[in-house]
Amino acid sequence: MSDTSTPEAPTALPPVKRRNAELVLIVVAVVITMLGIAIAGLNLSGRVPAATWTVGLTFGALAVAAHAAMRFVAPYADPLILPCALFLNGIGVAMIWRLNAVESENIESAGVGMQLVWTALGLIFCFLIIIFLKDPRILQRYTYISALIALVLLALPALPVIGHEVYGARLWIKIGPITFQPSEFAKIALVIFLASYLMSKRQVLQIVGKPLKVGRFTLIELPRARDLAPILVGWLVAIGMLVVLRDLGTSLLLFGTFLAMLYVATQRSSWVTLGLVLFGAGATVAYFLFWHVRARVNIWINAFDQEVYEAVGGSQQLVQGIVGMAYGGLFGTGLGGGRPTDIFAADSDFILASIGEELGVTGLLAVLMVLFLLVERGMRVALASTGTFNKLLASGMAFVLVYQTFIVLGGVSRVIPLTGSTTPFMSAGGTALLTSWIMMGILLRISDNARRPAPQAIQDEGATQVIRR
Amino acid sequence: MNTTIRRLSIFCLLMFLVLMANITWIQGIQAPTIKEDPLNRRQYAEQASAPRGPILVGGENVAYSENIADEGDPARYQRVYEGGDMYTPIVGSFRNYGASGIEAVENDLLNGSDDRLAVRNFRDMITGREPEGAQVQLTLVPEVQEAGYTAFENLGGRNGAAVALDPDTGAILGAISYPSYDPNTVVDINNPQDSTNAYVELENDERKPLLNRALNERYPPGSTFKVVTAAAAIENLDAGPDSTQEAPDQLQFPSGPPLPNAMGSCNGGQPDTLAHSIQISCNTSFANWAMELGGEALSEQATAFGFNPEEPMAVPLSVVDSYAPVESDQSILGRAGIGQSNVEATPLQMAMVAAGIANDGDVMRPYVVESVRDSDLSVITQTSPDTYSEAVSARTADMLTDMMVLVTTPPEGSGLNAAIPGIEVAGKTGTAENGTDRTHNWFIGFAPADDPQVAVAVVVEFGGGSGNELAAPVARALMEAVVL
Repeated sequence: MSDTSTPEAPTALPPVKRRNAELVLIVVAVVITMLGIAIAGLNLSGRVPAATWTVGLTFGALAVAAHAAMRFVAPYADPLILPCALFLNGIGVAMIWRLNAVESENIESAGVGMQLVWTALGLIFCFLIIIFLKDPRILQRYTYISALIALVLLALPALPVIGHEVYGARLWIKIGPITFQPSEFAKIALVIFLASYLMSKRQVLQIVGKPLKVGRFTLIELPRARDLAPILVGWLVAIGMLVVLRDLGTSLLLFGTFLAMLYVATQRSSWVTLGLVLFGAGATVAYFLFWHVRARVNIWINAFDQEVYEAVGGSQQLVQGIVGMAYGGLFGTGLGGGRPTDIFAADSDFILASIGEELGVTGLLAVLMVLFLLVERGMRVALASTGTFNKLLASGMAFVLVYQTFIVLGGVSRVIPLTGSTTPFMSAGGTALLTSWIMMGILLRISDNARRPAPQAIQDEGATQVIRR
Repeated sequence: MNTTIRRLSIFCLLMFLVLMANITWIQGIQAPTIKEDPLNRRQYAEQASAPRGPILVGGENVAYSENIADEGDPARYQRVYEGGDMYTPIVGSFRNYGASGIEAVENDLLNGSDDRLAVRNFRDMITGREPEGAQVQLTLVPEVQEAGYTAFENLGGRNGAAVALDPDTGAILGAISYPSYDPNTVVDINNPQDSTNAYVELENDERKPLLNRALNERYPPGSTFKVVTAAAAIENLDAGPDSTQEAPDQLQFPSGPPLPNAMGSCNGGQPDTLAHSIQISCNTSFANWAMELGGEALSEQATAFGFNPEEPMAVPLSVVDSYAPVESDQSILGRAGIGQSNVEATPLQMAMVAAGIANDGDVMRPYVVESVRDSDLSVITQTSPDTYSEAVSARTADMLTDMMVLVTTPPEGSGLNAAIPGIEVAGKTGTAENGTDRTHNWFIGFAPADDPQVAVAVVVEFGGGSGNELAAPVARALMEAVVL
């Protein structure tokens, strides 16, 4: 893929918009989605299913509409972000269709559930943000309100009546027929809070306290004790998530994001060290005190142990996911050729394992590369943007994407304990998709603002010419 | 701040690299190993509708594959099991999501993927013949298996297990575990969901129909273990049938509750002979024998019969270990001498004890697969009898046999229900305490005593009666199926 990495310092020449390149890439993403559905149908039933056109073209229409809107509302925004996100979303849609097709009686009646509706809603939210959030910096005003919103969203599922437990994890709330996972939205609120909080407090937090020395060598420069409050609060929230809500995934995600943004804001690695030590200590204590934490670790380490496998809530899902990936090998079984439906949650937490099985390590690496590209474009937005708040916000959102991927795929492939988390843009499920698209909206808005040429003063016209390529 | 953002994006790159390296490792390098893991339940799903070789008992198929596809359609094979519940503990079942018994252990031979079938597979490929799996011939004898299973069915819902061995070879003539299940209900490839549900129901059944009690459950052997204690006494203390040992009505240990006799008095409180103690199953004299022997000698004798194995036995189905550890505390050792405290044995283990005595002191290695044959009936493997250990001398075995015959000899014998008219039966009863108010009831023995053709062990789980009352009739049925 081509890269438009002109030097993006604020004083650089106005960047080329490259919206046409974006359109081409989006068309590629849509064609891949349609091909995915077509191939899955061919493998499953021997003919190209109608969903290639119904699902594929609906998705295509949404994608092209999004591109068209970009031309009007954010013409200078990074041209790679939208195609990458749409590609991931499309692969997810194709995979979900393929999984539904096996489980429905008639392959032609298989749909993708609500996934396209959520995609549409996600895009609408994305563009509402691009249009109405003219300057993301106004979010700074809501520092503590964001914190409060994040906490309320995290705590909602613990409430009686509306709190809803699915497969042992209390992460959902249910109002009437609608369920959603508020902790997904909490990520956005948390990043906004951290960005504005750290922007105002970073100077204080940068102050070095006592260096901890061994002989003549400085091991670590500890912050002042009076500045420890924020990290302690963050730590308590993370450990609380782990213990009270039994949600190791969100706990890891929140605390990791917190440390990453703290580091970006303060440039102090001692904060990260301190945070990791605290979290490690907390997790160790939790390991010895709470059986559900021990069970998680046991499943991770002894996944291939017969007893652990057969225990209720044991390692069966994890092992079957890995077995599926093993069957995928280098080039995969082809969409529709494998048996990913053997794995529980094949369309959500384990969707990357499903892709590993059917598209092989090759396909999974390709998907990861696109995710990585998306993340790095997000980081670039942070680099190119002006103002501490924007930088923190953009890099925070990019980090959430990569970190979330690490938690879910790392769990599925046994790098870390499996905790259950959503894969950005790909998992079936509305809240996760909405969240991902809202973050894209914010990133695209910041990018558009940063890359838009400064308005020319009238009297300069003719005197200084801006040279266009 | 751009510096830290750049560093953060390098950290992001590292996280991606870790993921990428790991999935490459799993999918690229480890994949073959993972596919072979027994926890890979897919290997069964793939094979569930593939043809497999049959499993035979006495020349008849007890498991075979049948093509159920309509004519002209691609073949789909349904595994069919004959003989209902009684063979399941050994034969097992081949399900969509797993396999058990011989179906699991001999899977490679049955499905034809074993290396030993490579030449034939190659030949079939060239001649265009449909490749077939090998057939597995078991040592089980239908009459023995049926007699044992029927005997358990008539016990009024009591669970238990029984093993019958050929003492000369170690061949398993019968292995019953009750209750069992009909494997046809869990292998229906047309209704996989029903099959899975049926299996889950079996898994959750508190009577544990999936457990092979004959090989994979340990029970305190109770008084049947006294023959091991007697063997140790003859071998180590130069005792004979007439050697006596103190036999009080109640034995006081250094610690713990006193040990009574089941029948009150053994010899009116006087010292009792070894032979009489076996015949009426005296507790106190055997506890004294054990304490005189010491923990090591008793445990070593048990080890010689197959207890405390260095590595788990496989017949080739895996067998759980039986234990008779070295006891240093006299109170515990005394109780170990009558098969209580820490002594625990599988029914197969106790059958090996009986078979060892029957076979002049030599314990043969038990096996259940007689031979494996190719589809053209040429032999791939043939199990040849192998001595597991020389547990006792022939002389000791003779003495033990004579004493065990007394058990089925009226009027005093404690196991008269196992007597077969016209045939001398050697035996030993057992009524094992297990911490509940319902004892486990045992019988081990062999027949005919002068030329043993079958050795048996029977346990009735929580039978709540005596060994003679509940287990001896089952043992008799098993022995009669061979000798009559």
